[in-house]
Amino acid sequence: MIEVKSLTKAYGSFAAVKDISFTVATGQACGFLGPNGAGKTTTMRVITGYMPATSGTVAVDDFDVFEQSFEVRRRIGYLPETPPLYLEMRVDKYLSHVAKLKGVARSALAGARERVIEACGLDEVATRLCGHLSKGYRQRVGLAQALIHDPAVLVLDEPTVGLDPAQIIEIRELIRGLATERTVVLSTHILPEVAEICQKVVIINTGRIVLESDIESLTAAGSLEDEYLKAVSGEQPSRSVDAHTTVPVRSTDA
Amino acid sequence: MRNVLAIAWRDIRSVFVSPIAYVVLTGFVLLGGWFFFNMLGQFNRTLAMYSGIQGYDTTWMNLNDAVVSPLLHNLSIVLLIVVPMTTMRSFAEERSNTTYELLFTSPVRVTEIVLGKFLAGVTLVTMMIGMTLIFPGILWVYGNPEMGLIVSGYLGLYLLAIAYVSVGNFTSALTSNQIIAAMSSLVILLLLLVISWPAESAGPTVKAVLVHLSAVDHFNTMARGVIDTRDLVYFATFTATFLFLTHRAVESARWK
Repeated sequence: MIEVKSLTKAYGSFAAVKDISFTVATGQACGFLGPNGAGKTTTMRVITGYMPATSGTVAVDDFDVFEQSFEVRRRIGYLPETPPLYLEMRVDKYLSHVAKLKGVARSALAGARERVIEACGLDEVATRLCGHLSKGYRQRVGLAQALIHDPAVLVLDEPTVGLDPAQIIEIRELIRGLATERTVVLSTHILPEVAEICQKVVIINTGRIVLESDIESLTAAGSLEDEYLKAVSGEQPSRSVDAHTTVPVRSTDA
Repeated sequence: MRNVLAIAWRDIRSVFVSPIAYVVLTGFVLLGGWFFFNMLGQFNRTLAMYSGIQGYDTTWMNLNDAVVSPLLHNLSIVLLIVVPMTTMRSFAEERSNTTYELLFTSPVRVTEIVLGKFLAGVTLVTMMIGMTLIFPGILWVYGNPEMGLIVSGYLGLYLLAIAYVSVGNFTSALTSNQIIAAMSSLVILLLLLVISWPAESAGPTVKAVLVHLSAVDHFNTMARGVIDTRDLVYFATFTATFLFLTHRAVESARWK
């Protein structure tokens, strides 16, 4: 479970994220949408504890990301925008290294590595150098490192970018499978992806949340594309979604 | 500790799977060999020349003053240039890659990251200096140098190199640009080398401070065969200070 409360993050005088709040329940996959520069990556970086918030709090499974940072880091798997690969390392050695950093016990290390290699379809490239992999495989290795310590919470920054259509389907399947017992936040520009994987959607524009809703009530009202365009252009959603859903809708305008 | 070793081990491996380690080690030993060869040749010629003079006492001439001590001094200058080149990647490269995000979203303390990077740097300089032990080895086999002096001189050189690594790590933690990191640590190290220059014309207090700050003066004492606790304390505090500054630099970068 992820709870973001009145989060603001400023870089110098520029506020990338302004007073946003939302929650993602355990077992729920939340799609995080918004135009480029809306503040998606910044929000994810604060959730994962990579950078501290300027104000507001973020709690992951009831642990504060700032106060109990290590508890949070043990529970989060994070795939940044660009997969964090050491290009001169072999894929299997790289995954072992990440497993050590994530605190996977020595005895469980080989098992964890094999599990993610299998889950992300990396068998063929396990002994190749990360630097020699194509964009799609790098993305998969990035996903594998996020999963290696079997985290309860996954934060994925554009997980399917650079993959070919077959891989996109595979990775979506994988994420959907993972999301059954985990909390997942993923950002993407592909709207149908959200409809396929997520139960909930949060749209952010210029650092503010313009729409928070569950996916069913949103798609019931119209196409996701229309709702998205309305939300980011500053219009109100076509109707109040509150009536149909338990999830409170917040449409603080941009 | 496991994290420190994991980070150090990764850094060491990355240097050895690329040509970096081999170029650095070969270059260092090649330069050292050239210094050694020429100093030894010079010593031999001088000794032959003076021995030809009847009744001339040559006992003042010895291998330590003529070969070992200048060799160590030359190596200390080479290290001054090479160490910043080997440490410039330590933080800057991870920062310009996204691997910094991996490190700082893993349950790893900043102290562990700093120590791991430092340990990797120290391992490489240990290999570099270790390989040059072949030169005193040759002297030991074919001559009779004073071993105590060699040990103390080498210890001085090693402590100096470790201190250099801590400075290199510090400047690397300040930037994501490796050239800026290397240049800044070169400037800091060179300044520390010549900081005692104005000492001659300064008052007694300033003079004492400047001489104490100068890394090379402490190394000189050890190269002369004196292991003084003052010098050991100097190198220990020097390294600890820069490790602390590195820690602060890494920590503060996350708040910007």
